[in-house]
Amino acid sequence: MRTSIAHLKRGQKGVIREFPDDLLPIKLLELGCLPGNEVELVQVAPFKDPLYINVNGSHIAIRRSMALKIELDLIEDIPSI
Amino acid sequence: MSKQINVALIGNPNTGKTSVFNQLTGLNQKVGNYPGITVEKKEGICKLPRGVKAHIIDLPGTYSLNTTSLDESVAVELLLNKNDKDHPDLAIVISDVENLKRNLLLFTQIKDLKIPTILVINMADRMARKGISVDIELLEKKLDTKIALVSTRKKIGIERLKELIADYKNLSIAPNVDTTVIAPEYFKSLQETFPKEDLYKLWLVITQDVNFMPLEKNLVKDASSFNTKSKSELKRLQQKETIKRYQFINSILKETYKVDINAAKGIKATLDKILTHKIFGYLIFLVILMTIFQAIYDWSSIPMDFIDESFAAASEWVKTSLPPGMLTDLIAEGILSGIGGIVIFIPQIAFLFLFISLLEESGYMSRVVFLMDRVMRPFGLSGKSVVPLISGTACAIPAVMATRTIENWKERLITILVTPFTTCSARLPVYLIIIALVIPEGRFLGLGYQAMTLMLLYLIGFGAAIISAMLLNKVLKIKSRTFFVMEMPNYKLPLLKNVIYTVWEKTKSFVFGAGKIILAISIILWFLGSNGFTDKYENAESIIEKRIQDEGLSAFNQENIANDIAVYEIALNDSIAKNVYKIGPEQVTDSIKSYQKELFEKAKHQEIASFKLENSYIGNMGKAIEPMVKPLGYDWKIGIALITSFAAREVFVSTLATIYSVGSDEEDTIKNRMSAEMNANTNKPLFNLASGISLLLFYAFAMQCMSTLAIVKRETNSWKWPLAQLVFMTLFAYIVALIAYQILK
Repeated sequence: MRTSIAHLKRGQKGVIREFPDDLLPIKLLELGCLPGNEVELVQVAPFKDPLYINVNGSHIAIRRSMALKIELDLIEDIPSI
Repeated sequence: MSKQINVALIGNPNTGKTSVFNQLTGLNQKVGNYPGITVEKKEGICKLPRGVKAHIIDLPGTYSLNTTSLDESVAVELLLNKNDKDHPDLAIVISDVENLKRNLLLFTQIKDLKIPTILVINMADRMARKGISVDIELLEKKLDTKIALVSTRKKIGIERLKELIADYKNLSIAPNVDTTVIAPEYFKSLQETFPKEDLYKLWLVITQDVNFMPLEKNLVKDASSFNTKSKSELKRLQQKETIKRYQFINSILKETYKVDINAAKGIKATLDKILTHKIFGYLIFLVILMTIFQAIYDWSSIPMDFIDESFAAASEWVKTSLPPGMLTDLIAEGILSGIGGIVIFIPQIAFLFLFISLLEESGYMSRVVFLMDRVMRPFGLSGKSVVPLISGTACAIPAVMATRTIENWKERLITILVTPFTTCSARLPVYLIIIALVIPEGRFLGLGYQAMTLMLLYLIGFGAAIISAMLLNKVLKIKSRTFFVMEMPNYKLPLLKNVIYTVWEKTKSFVFGAGKIILAISIILWFLGSNGFTDKYENAESIIEKRIQDEGLSAFNQENIANDIAVYEIALNDSIAKNVYKIGPEQVTDSIKSYQKELFEKAKHQEIASFKLENSYIGNMGKAIEPMVKPLGYDWKIGIALITSFAAREVFVSTLATIYSVGSDEEDTIKNRMSAEMNANTNKPLFNLASGISLLLFYAFAMQCMSTLAIVKRETNSWKWPLAQLVFMTLFAYIVALIAYQILK
């Protein structure tokens, strides 16, 4: 299923799809946000922003606006707790 | 044999780079700024085997050589610029064993610059717990380098690292990854245009966002012969480079790095769940903030009182044991009290940085930013601005120093500029005495008017900070990265050594950085307050003595002495009646007479001091600004106090005590004297509701603190920002106080 990081539920995972070149800052790529890598949504801050994700072993926080741009293929459906 | 090797420590944030630096250099370190910018420069000396010494620079943390901030460009510039006196003979890349994959990205980039590069794998003590095993020998072969497996916590591996540094000449400088394959033709034409230059170095110069090394950048721009690329094309190539490097790293780690997925990984997840929780997260943060606040506000008052008393005693000692004269006064009242005014801040600074370094070291600070980012964003502030803003309620000086943890320069600058609006503890004595004078004691809905006024003043302080932050966010045109990516590091027990170093280094940088300015201004203020233009100042003693002979003491002092004597007489007679003393009536009269004489002498000295202050340079300045402060409801006496309290706000009270020749520091006495004071211009009490509110508001907004200005100068590395602060805050305070007085009078 096609989705974005911002649409994940806590604990859900997805694989990053190919994205256009200018979409993300290079820093995010360096931290491991590359197409084909797995992303897990770890925690959501109050007011639903920012989001705390685990991508490729890197634990990072990004803002919702950016998370919306990163498209994923959902890999497993964990029932929400 | 004493050749120094230049060594650069470089690594991702949160890899324990500073711990390695501390282990290598001990206390042989120096912290300053890179010339012209506010990026912190840490360097130190390390003794190596065989009598060699290394000069070690701790470069700002970075994830790669693709710079997005000034801090990172400092690192890249040093690595690229062979002419820099600090250009490293050897680079040491510090990595964290748990994030080795990501850390190696930076390693391969530096290796490709053909600088000898050692890899340090830090936090080796965590390997067993995390089920990680690394084949070091194979990894050394694949990366073509030497590796030191280090645990700064357990003090393992540092000796081996020193050996490796001393042997740096045996390291290979062959690159890891061939970058040119991502665009062969482009790189071919680049090489043809600059046959002498290293290709990867050229590539870095071309692709950096930050404008460094203007010469080399122009060189590249001017050359029209090779086919240039558009920005987005370059960006695509950078992405390709990153992917290429990750491919290389993944292929190596597959053979050398194993993680047992069954090993414990629970603690981080559990802590995160609690610490970033919607309710508990905020509650815990609140408790931590309160503790910090309590520490700087309450706990530090004990050492502060001690410092205060010690310096007063030292000054007294100088005055009595040195021959009287200008030099003695300079030492006792100018220099000693100036130094005292610097040292007094040390407890607050030490306490705040003790807590901040604990928060940073433990990894908790990132969670604070995570919690607060959304709340602070509309004000142009960072989640990290919360700690400085709250600690500003105790004192703005450590608070401004604490903004160093905010990486984004614009957010940091805004935080520095607005922090002095929060109600610091030095405003409190001023507030308390004026509130006691002009606000009635009654209650409304169970709340005292006086307490409510004080609370309102605190709220006004925060409000001013928040609103000016919003305005500055709109007005300041500072280019800074607009995106937000923050690593959430692992939780760690803070290393005591690192905490102590931070506290020590921050205190030192305040005392020697801002201290000079504070001392200079205190000496100037002392000079202006203890010298005058006219004979009146010089002959103050004889003028006052003559006046007292002719007219007696001032009415206030006469009344006070009469009261004191009456009380004394009653107490004395009481004691005699109770047989505590056995003395005759003559002795009683003598005793009263000698007490009266003592009080008279004291009052005389106060009147002389008051006359001297009135006729000193500062006194003349106070009179000169009277026309300006008259519309605010003040007279020249308050004018003088406004000028002297520039040293520190609380000086306002003691200056008024001197002007009104009230000898005692007793707040009630000063208060009584102030409430009796009439405004010569309006013939109403000087401290009435209108002028009182006007004074309160003036002190709420004005930048009445030279020490804050000094620290802002140090932290922003320019006079521009502290001067802007001084002008805008004072102007704003003036306008608000003016409006308040004109409406209320």
